[in-house]
Amino acid sequence: MYTEKVMDHFQNPRNMGEVENPDGVGEVGNPQCGDVMRITIKVDEEQDRIDDVKFKTLGCGAAIATSSMVTELAKGKTLDEAQEISRKVVAEALGGLPPQKMHCSNLASDGLQKAIEDYRARHAKKETV
Amino acid sequence: MKNAIFLDNAATTRADPEVIDAMEPWLSEKFGSPATLYSMGSQAKQAIDAARQSFADLIGADQKDIFFTSGATESNNWAIKGVADALESKGRHIITDVAEHHSILMPLRYLEKKGWEVTYLPTDSDGVVNPEAVAAAIRDDTVLVSIVHANHEIGTIQPITAIGKITSEKGVIFHVNAAQTVGHIPVDVNHLGVDLLSSSAHKFYGPKGVGAMYIRHGVRITPLLHGGTQEKKRRAGTHNVPGIVGMGKASEIARHSLEAEATRLAGLRNHIFDWVEGNIDDIRINGHRTERLPGNVNFSIEGIEGESIMLSLSYPTAGDARPVYVSTGSACVSGSLEPSHILLALGLPAELAHGSVRITMAKADTQEDVDYALETIAAVAERLRSMSPVYKRGNKKCSAGNSSQGCDCEAAS
Repeated sequence: MYTEKVMDHFQNPRNMGEVENPDGVGEVGNPQCGDVMRITIKVDEEQDRIDDVKFKTLGCGAAIATSSMVTELAKGKTLDEAQEISRKVVAEALGGLPPQKMHCSNLASDGLQKAIEDYRARHAKKETV
Repeated sequence: MKNAIFLDNAATTRADPEVIDAMEPWLSEKFGSPATLYSMGSQAKQAIDAARQSFADLIGADQKDIFFTSGATESNNWAIKGVADALESKGRHIITDVAEHHSILMPLRYLEKKGWEVTYLPTDSDGVVNPEAVAAAIRDDTVLVSIVHANHEIGTIQPITAIGKITSEKGVIFHVNAAQTVGHIPVDVNHLGVDLLSSSAHKFYGPKGVGAMYIRHGVRITPLLHGGTQEKKRRAGTHNVPGIVGMGKASEIARHSLEAEATRLAGLRNHIFDWVEGNIDDIRINGHRTERLPGNVNFSIEGIEGESIMLSLSYPTAGDARPVYVSTGSACVSGSLEPSHILLALGLPAELAHGSVRITMAKADTQEDVDYALETIAAVAERLRSMSPVYKRGNKKCSAGNSSQGCDCEAAS
């Protein structure tokens, strides 16, 4: 039911773990639903670019594969570019997801967006200090 | 692929080679319909009668009370809809429990839509239905009690004999879905005190697409399938002769091997329980420890999700690794947003139900295969836990009683 790409990212996840002293953290999902994702990013302030991004995920095959894919897509992108990475973009990069997985297990891009928001909120605070 | 270890035998079993041999002629040279009068037909009729006797012997029944169907789903639908139709004038109330198979729950939902009342009894944290609760739930308008013999997911065996005493005293028809027990543990319709009993051949090394219903003489039940005069006009349709012959053969084999096999499997089952408890942290055994199907193991691994365990086991990355096939109660596999209703009925929090692993063993599974599977499961659990943002060793969520509020993925996102 999964594409080869999904299985590849599930079996050999990219960028699994946590960035040390992250500049932004995004956590989405709920253990009751069976999916929780935590995305951590390191941002190059000068370039406004994501230098490093890692994930930790509890969830099904699709949840892990989308997490892995989102980190691969986001790494090296500017924050503005990374904000374009939607659920649809992730699903397409994986060659598609089964319909019932589009909804629940495709939260990784939301996690990335939350991490970017978190970075921007922290950054704004820093600038006002 | 390297030879796989199949530990999903509650879903289906591999047909015994002797069963396949017995079926073959009835698909080829002896293809006649038993309803016809020429010799090919009467041969088929004799074969069906022999299979009927063989299955009746397996469950301690009179062969006149055995009716062949397409499987347990049909038998369960027939029991519920057929009794409801026949006894509607007596009352419109049925009793069952919350942890039943969908082939019981869905026909009951259908009747509820038509105005029937259904009482869903709770189970305790091991999945056991209390016979006294059955007695207390019976009303003047109750026409049927339907309780599974052993649960397909957690393996818990219900106190059927005790419930059968109550239903017979109160004059209520008692149906038992025995899909998981026939051919695996001793089943005797008189000892159990049941009026109707469903069974399916592919669960005990027979072919798919054939099953049976035991109907105690005198029980009123309307046919589900109307048509020809087959099965004494109670179940129409040309007989599935190869399937029925296969079921007869599987019954004969089971009658001779069941006890020794049950003892062997119970030993393996207990070995698995001891092993997982000793080697994997933060797990919970689901279902009753001893009142349980010999080949069934079910446990939840905290901090990970069942589909990812199942996928990791069935698609190993190392080239020389053997795939291991198990099942899970995770929502990701059920196709809905909810994890298994059976695990939730035990009082498990949803996150533990998502992380459940079901191992169901059969004849082909050896101690060596089981040990290989266990080592693999432990390694997969360790790997997935290292990826989990929520798992903390020793966090002790592995206790029942903290039932979830259900899952709304939209709200969670």
